[in-house]
Amino acid sequence: MRREGSPFQGLGTVALKELSDNLSSARMFVLEWLIVLTALAALYGAIDSLRQNTAEDPFLLLRLFTVAGAPLPSFVAILGFLIPLMAIGLGFDAVNSEHNRRTLSRILAQPIYRDALLIGKFLAGLATLAIALTALWLMVIGLGLIFLGVPPGGEEIARSLAFLVIAIFYAGVWLSLAMLLSIVFRSPASAALTALGVWLFLTVLWPMLAPALAQLIAPPDPRYAMLGLDTPDTAIWAQTLARLSPNDLFGEAMLAVLSPGTRALGPVFLDQLRGAVMGSPLPLSESLVIAWPQTVALIAGTIVLFVAGYIVFQRQEVRA
Amino acid sequence: MSETDNKAVAAASDIVIAARGLTKRYGAVGVVDAINFDILRGEVFGLLGPNGAGKTTTILMMLGLTDISEGRVSVLGYDPAREPLQVKRRVGYLPDSVGFYDHLTAVENLSYTAKLMGLPYAERKRRIAAALSRVRLSDVLDKRVATFSRGMRQRLGLAEILVKQAEIAILDEPTSGLDPQATQEFLELIGELRAEGVTVLLSSHMLDQVQRVCNRVALFQAGRIVLMGPVADLARQVLGAGFVVEVEADGLGLARRLATVPGVTHVETLAEDRFRMTADRDVRPDAARAVVAANGSLRRLSVDEPSLEAIYARYFQGQDQHMKGSRHAA
Repeated sequence: MRREGSPFQGLGTVALKELSDNLSSARMFVLEWLIVLTALAALYGAIDSLRQNTAEDPFLLLRLFTVAGAPLPSFVAILGFLIPLMAIGLGFDAVNSEHNRRTLSRILAQPIYRDALLIGKFLAGLATLAIALTALWLMVIGLGLIFLGVPPGGEEIARSLAFLVIAIFYAGVWLSLAMLLSIVFRSPASAALTALGVWLFLTVLWPMLAPALAQLIAPPDPRYAMLGLDTPDTAIWAQTLARLSPNDLFGEAMLAVLSPGTRALGPVFLDQLRGAVMGSPLPLSESLVIAWPQTVALIAGTIVLFVAGYIVFQRQEVRA
Repeated sequence: MSETDNKAVAAASDIVIAARGLTKRYGAVGVVDAINFDILRGEVFGLLGPNGAGKTTTILMMLGLTDISEGRVSVLGYDPAREPLQVKRRVGYLPDSVGFYDHLTAVENLSYTAKLMGLPYAERKRRIAAALSRVRLSDVLDKRVATFSRGMRQRLGLAEILVKQAEIAILDEPTSGLDPQATQEFLELIGELRAEGVTVLLSSHMLDQVQRVCNRVALFQAGRIVLMGPVADLARQVLGAGFVVEVEADGLGLARRLATVPGVTHVETLAEDRFRMTADRDVRPDAARAVVAANGSLRRLSVDEPSLEAIYARYFQGQDQHMKGSRHAA
C-alpha cells in the first residue's frame, strides 16, 4: 500500500524549529560550557607541554589534539568522553516530551507524516552537535595559532577536518541511541538514566571487561606468556570486543587520523612491517583508509539505531 | 467500493464523513466494533459516551493517526489510511486536553503549525491575526503559552483550526475541565463555526452542552454506536413520548379536554389547576386552544425539553436491568 505525498513534507519546518529550540535551550548552554571549559583545560595542558619541546614536528597542530598535559587527558580523549553526554542531553526527551506535553497529536494532525517529525528532530540534533563541534574545532585552531605561532599546513587542516567529520558521526550514534530511548520510554527520566547507563558502561566498564572476556573466550597460551608476548588470539578477541563500543571506534579512528605515524590499529606480525620506515608519517589518504572501517561502523551504528527508533515510532499509538 | 465510487457517493448526498463497519482492535480486544455513521456537511455531530467507549479511537482513525483494523471510513471523499495528508489538510483537530510548546508565544505556536500546513508567510500572518482575534486572544498573542489558562489553551487550539480554514473541525472533549464561563464562550465559538458552514464533530461526556449545540448525536457504548439521531428523536425512542407539557389553568373538566388533544398519550392531574401532558410532539398550541375552548383561564404553559441526561440515564439503566435479567436467566 503506497502512501500519497512526500514523507519529507514539513521536514524543513520541523528541523528549523527544533534547531532553534536546541540552540536557545538552557540545557544546551550548560552542556556547551561544560565541554568548552574541559576542552580549554586539556588544550592548555597540551600547549604547555608542546612549548617545552617545540622541535621539528611537522604536525604541530595535530599534537594539540592528542598530547595529554600532566593531570588531564588529551583533548580527543575528553571529547570521546563528553560528546556522548552532549548528544544524550539533546536527544533523551525528543519524542516523549511531545507525548507528555500533549503536542504530538496536534502536530501529527497537520498535513505531515511522522517521518518528517522524527527525521527533522534527528537532523536538528545533529546540526546542533555539528555547530558546537565546529566551534570547538575553530577554537582549537585559533588557540594553536595564538600560542604556538605556527601556521597550520594544508594536510593538518585536512586531517583535523576529518577529525571533525568523524566526531560528528560519533555524536550521531549517541543521538540516535538517545532518541530511540526517548521513543521507547514514555518518561524522559527513564530514557535519560538508561542512556547515561549505556554511556558509562561503554566508556568506562567495557574497556575493562573486553580483555577479561577475551581471556575467557581464548585463554592465553603459556608459551607466548613465557616469551613475554600477548597470545595473538586473545589480543584479537580483546580488540574485537572492545570495538563494540563506539567510544573505542572513535578513539581508533582518531589515532589513525591525528597521528600520521599510525600504520595499523590491530596487532600486526613483524613480517607485515618488513620494509616500513618506522615513525615516518603516512600520507593522508593512507591514514583515511586505516580509519575508514571505524568511520563506517560509526555511520552504520547511527543508521541502525535511528531505523530502530523509526520503526518503533511508526508503530506507536499517538494517544497518551 | 473503489475510490472513485467513494467520491461520487460523498458528493452526491453531501456526506462529508462516511464510516462503514469501522473496527479497531488491539490484539484480541475490540475498542471500536463495526460502527456505521454518516456525517452531513454543515451539521454539528456529537459523539457521546463514557470514557473508554471508543470515541477518541474513532476520531484518530478518521484522521489516519491510527490504523484501521477493519471496515473503512471516507473523509471528504478521501481514505485517511491511504491519503492522510489530503485529509489532514482539510480537517482541523483539537485533541483532548491539547498541549502547546510552553516556551513559545501564542503566535509562534500557531506559525509553527501554519508552516506545517504549508501556508506562505503573508497568508500565515494574516490568518493567524484574524484567528486570534476571533477567539479573543489578541491581547496575549505575544505572551508565552506557559502563562495561559486551560480555557485560553482550548481557544488557541480552536484558533489553529481557524488558521487551517478547515472544512471539518473535530473537537475531542473540548470543554472538559473548563469553568462555566469558559465553557459558555467556547460553545459560542462552536456556534460561530457552524454558522460559517464548518462541519463540527464534537466528542464529549458533558451532556447538556452537547445537547445545546449538536444537531445529531451518536451514543457510544463499549465500542458500538447504540443510539444515533437528533436529540428529540432519541428522546422519543428511549423515554417513550418525547414531550412533556405542563399546563396551569382554571376551568372545568380540563383534564378530559386536554386528553382529547391529538398526539397526547397521557394526562396526569398534579393539582386542581395543574396538569402534566405527555405527547409525541409539541402540543402547546393545541393545549392552549383546548383550555380557551373550555372557557378556562390559562396561567402557564411550559414544555420540558427532553434532556439528553435523562435519555442517557434511562438508556444505561435499561441496559443494566437487561444485563441483570439475562444473568438471572442464566
